[in-house]
Amino acid sequence: MPHDHSDHDHPHSLLPPEPALRLKALETLLVRKGLVDPAAMDAIIDTYENRIGPRNGARVVAKAWVDPAFHAALMEDATAAVSELGYYGRQGEHMVAVENTAKVHNMVVCTLCSCYPWPLLGIPPGWYKSDAYRARAVREPRKVLADFGVILPQDTAVRVWDSTAEVRYLVIPQRPDGTEGLDEETLAALVTRDSMIGTGLVVSA
Amino acid sequence: MSRVHDMGGRFGDGRVVPEPEAEVFHEEWHGRALAVVLAAGFLGKWNIDVSRHARECLAPTDYARFSYYEKWMAGLADLLVAKGIVTPAELAGHADAGLSALAEKKRGAAEVPGVLATGGPSERDSTIAPRFGPGDEVVTRAIAENTLVEGGHTRLPQYAAGARGRILRLHGSHVLPDSSAHGLGDAAEPLYAVVFPAAALWAHPEHPGDEVVLDLWQSYLSPA
Repeated sequence: MPHDHSDHDHPHSLLPPEPALRLKALETLLVRKGLVDPAAMDAIIDTYENRIGPRNGARVVAKAWVDPAFHAALMEDATAAVSELGYYGRQGEHMVAVENTAKVHNMVVCTLCSCYPWPLLGIPPGWYKSDAYRARAVREPRKVLADFGVILPQDTAVRVWDSTAEVRYLVIPQRPDGTEGLDEETLAALVTRDSMIGTGLVVSA
Repeated sequence: MSRVHDMGGRFGDGRVVPEPEAEVFHEEWHGRALAVVLAAGFLGKWNIDVSRHARECLAPTDYARFSYYEKWMAGLADLLVAKGIVTPAELAGHADAGLSALAEKKRGAAEVPGVLATGGPSERDSTIAPRFGPGDEVVTRAIAENTLVEGGHTRLPQYAAGARGRILRLHGSHVLPDSSAHGLGDAAEPLYAVVFPAAALWAHPEHPGDEVVLDLWQSYLSPA
């Protein structure tokens, strides 16, 4: 375990000061010692840059909007329901779906670190990991929503979920009016990442 | 007292700046930093609670000035030394690093999809029976500290210490981070979603109907 040290004897301070060089030094050392495989690192980057991202979550939301049986399964056991669509894995082992209504708007934060449902939304955006979001979302969610241009009706309550454990929350945004005739794929394209964190609303095209 | 990472409710931070969905990594090295931390984690020498605690143990001055992936790198460097996997001299570039005895645990590119897809579920069987059910009124610990280890890892944020809330749902039994972060075993116990009126947490809540939900372990809670 790392213990508390005075500043100068934290081992990390032995690395070069410039972040990119610091990373290079760490990576070079671990590769030289045979502890990480550069090709495995490339595969990890490719996974989160190109394969796993918020379009997964958008497909789940659109399906929940059009398929009542899937909607019921999702609300009952989200982990099982999204696993059936192939979305399971690291940082998505215990999923819970929370649904926005006219009365309640859900919004997700992790005040202690940056917990986020990776298999459904990918790597969290910079703002989700920022001190400002982590500090403010629980105390003044409406002011944070205003930073995103979202103003809720006065009779809508905000329920903020602070992900303090390994449970990961997916917000199911409200389906916008005027989308009754649209198919699942077209609906999925309307669903934004931010709407599934609860800092955005879905609007019809 | 808590540590620097426990910032929920803090005053003084600026506005939140939205960003486009397509922006995954802001710098080339960010993706590599994520990858090196995950790949080193594949060696199996620590769990998620240990790695979170390593980042939380950064000096408050470092935590505040480091960007996100700098915190990850620093936590990794400190853990590698703490676990005896690399030496401080190697980290400083002063020693010729030879092949590690752990090298056989390294995962190759072909194994990456499988490892990421398997994840690390935290739900466990437990001999501790759930004490609460949905609707029960509970109070959180008055002091948001790890009771097993001084200055240790815990997942009760300071802003929710000593607060009165209501059980929303039982998530089953999960690994207790306060134990697991310190090599004291999984110590799984019931985990609940607990809902608090904003007015129970803040002197100036934005709206009378607003609520905050936290996932909290049974040992963090007492009957109200």
